[in-house]
Amino acid sequence: MSEEFFIQGNEACAKGAITAGCRFFAGYPITPSTEVAETLARDLPKVGGSFVQMEDEIGSAGAIIGGSWGGAKSMTATSGPGISLMQENIGYAFMTETPIVIVDVQRGSPSTAQPTMAAQGDMMQARWGSHGDYEPIALSPSSVQEFFDFTIRAFNLSEEYRVPVFVMADEVIGHMREKIVVSDDIEIVARKRPESSDNYLPFENIENGTTPMPAFGDGFNIHVTGLTHDERGYPDTNDPETHDKLIQRICDKILNNKDKICSVQSKNCEDADVVIVSYGAPVRSVVEAVNKTDKKVGYIKIDTPWPFPDEQIKQLCKNASDVLVVEMNLGQMYYEVERVLKDSNVHLLGKIGGLLPTPDEILDEIDKIGGN
Amino acid sequence: MSQEKQNRFIPYLREDRLPHIFCPGCGNGAIINAFLAAMQKAQMDFDNIAMVSGIGCSSRIPGYLKCDSLHTTHGRALSFATGLKTANKDLDVVVFTGDGDAASIGGNHLIHAARRNINLTVICINNNIYGMTGGQISPTSPKGSFGSTAPYGNQDTPFKLAELVAAAGASYSARWTTVQIENLVTSIKDGLKNPGFSFIEVATQCPTYFGRKNKLRTPTAMAAVMKANTVFKSAADRMKPKDLEGKIVVGEFANHTRDEFTENIDKISVEKSGKKTLINSAYESEL
Amino acid sequence: MKTEIRIGGFGGQGVILAGIILGKSACLFDGKEAVQTQSYGPEARGGASKCEVVIGDSQIDYPKVQSPDIFVAMSNEALTKYIVDLKDNGTLIVDPGTTDVSDVQDFIDEHNIKVFEAPATKTANDDIGLKIVANIVMVGAITKITEVISKEAAIKAIEASVPKGTEEKNIKAFEAGYNLI
Repeated sequence: MSEEFFIQGNEACAKGAITAGCRFFAGYPITPSTEVAETLARDLPKVGGSFVQMEDEIGSAGAIIGGSWGGAKSMTATSGPGISLMQENIGYAFMTETPIVIVDVQRGSPSTAQPTMAAQGDMMQARWGSHGDYEPIALSPSSVQEFFDFTIRAFNLSEEYRVPVFVMADEVIGHMREKIVVSDDIEIVARKRPESSDNYLPFENIENGTTPMPAFGDGFNIHVTGLTHDERGYPDTNDPETHDKLIQRICDKILNNKDKICSVQSKNCEDADVVIVSYGAPVRSVVEAVNKTDKKVGYIKIDTPWPFPDEQIKQLCKNASDVLVVEMNLGQMYYEVERVLKDSNVHLLGKIGGLLPTPDEILDEIDKIGGN
Repeated sequence: MSQEKQNRFIPYLREDRLPHIFCPGCGNGAIINAFLAAMQKAQMDFDNIAMVSGIGCSSRIPGYLKCDSLHTTHGRALSFATGLKTANKDLDVVVFTGDGDAASIGGNHLIHAARRNINLTVICINNNIYGMTGGQISPTSPKGSFGSTAPYGNQDTPFKLAELVAAAGASYSARWTTVQIENLVTSIKDGLKNPGFSFIEVATQCPTYFGRKNKLRTPTAMAAVMKANTVFKSAADRMKPKDLEGKIVVGEFANHTRDEFTENIDKISVEKSGKKTLINSAYESEL
Repeated sequence: MKTEIRIGGFGGQGVILAGIILGKSACLFDGKEAVQTQSYGPEARGGASKCEVVIGDSQIDYPKVQSPDIFVAMSNEALTKYIVDLKDNGTLIVDPGTTDVSDVQDFIDEHNIKVFEAPATKTANDDIGLKIVANIVMVGAITKITEVISKEAAIKAIEASVPKGTEEKNIKAFEAGYNLI
């Protein structure tokens, strides 16, 4: 039996988290993500989970990493200013291969800018926000249903690859209400515990893979540090080879599994003159525009901005003369599309100010490009 | 051949990580000893202890102890510890931190952890200086002391950490020095047994940086000055502020019981779900 | 078929809940699709607040209201502020106790707007004895006038949306609104 609800995106996210097994949330109030925290403050105690309102976002990110090593699937939710504050600890989570989920309901930026208006200005913060090299996973929902589904997928991916996963939503999806269907048959990835502590290496160099992770208190007596560490987890900060091996593996475990992680949805791309590439809330306008026009226009909806789906974009745009990227910033994923499609005409409809681009604005842009 | 007598605390150490990085004369060794002695006195199960630390010399201590240990980002140890303890309320969580880590970059987390009275035991090793980065002044550096970022003498008034934490709501707060090891052991033992936020500030010597910058070149010289300047709280309470200038007041600043943070979370969980919060739920495929 | 509805009023009048009930009725109980959005910001308390719902037979892509087919005004400030893009031949429902349609008479004439008066606040006060259910009275009037949702669905949605223990009063308010027209 499946159940239906008419709820806000932020509430769907919280419901997805609980469904995925999240039993620890730490966060700090910030518009437009606060309903995620409020819903979990209400609902986590009903399922044996813990909710903590921390003193700031730095503390929130720290607490969920602690919570994860404490054996609970852990999450925080915030918006741009909070994501900026969390970045150092997010980098720590990448370095220590700690599964956590970070929800960013994006608002007008930079700085405090537009708390109640939508934007997609944090996409590069999810990619490069912390210092150093690492490969993040980020999912961008375009509906309330997807905010629920992608939050679950974020937990599953974070457990599978022992990696922080971002859910990059926006104010439109966070605040609007739609119907969601919750099936009783949802795949949940449980954390794997190492079989025995004999010869167990918590940061073992296994190709493409992720070593199982014990919880603190399980008797493995492991050391976890943000310093460059060997396979035992012990600091080894001056050996170039140790650092190279560690960081390469942290990146490769994502890059070598891109075919399993990346996902896009598309329509009419094969014989389109113009392919529109979008993600998050603007996809809603793109779909309406494509359905409205008689021109040969297709679209690609990126579910996973990170890792960027290079191959899918290349394949789906191979027959298009022009590609239009629609996003709510002045060009972020646009440069990724341009990087992948070196020989195509890549255009940008980058709208800031807080409102979704309208289907008509997209159709006007297609007229300007000159699609047939 | 005479057999060398093994230190009784060796089984608690990660021997494969030795030698350690601490300088000769550093107080960290004495404090590790004091902690392990206190742990035994408190009859704690070492296997149930998880340690968390931030960044700095003192924060390297958990890396040498054979227990689960989280060596985190600068200043944030208490936020990681808050998550760890909340996720698994059965663990005994101990935090090692320093004056820069806890009181400067981590000051906000410190007062909030104290306000929550979360059941953590915090050993704050206060050497009045940033050792790991080479001798800069810290929020506890005495007025007039020298550091590489205070070449003309520190102009700022230092924090009194144990008093600060007591005022923020911790149920146990104390200060001792590395020259009063017995008091320190008792205090750490009391802190470990206190079911709330326990803060033990240990004034210690950093001969390498504080000593060299302040004409106290040997650990013994530093210890002697520390000893000479120590005033017990009971005596200090009867002294004038002027007479206490430059003194290290030792003793307990808070020792009472009150509501504990994670117990309150469990209470709500019992009320709403009929059971305490789940432990190790990440490993379950169905909840 | 897609119907765009805008409900405007004072912050605190419950226009958001009215919109949620319309959306919930449509997609959980009428087998349609719906998206509800709302304005946030300084006007959330006092001032003009608005809630928008798009109801359709098939998937709704662009989620925002562009030019409403139906505009419901529960305060005069909302009436004058949000009427601007009501469609030609569109439907305007006002609470005569809290609005003055003469303020928008030119717009009504120019765009051939059908005007309905539903004294929701007065009905809530007089018939139910609870001013705060004016929004639910209005949902009743909207249901009857526009038929955008069915009466059965509306009642189920109200039962599922209002605080426990207040269902009866709210259903009574809905019926009172439904019978106003």
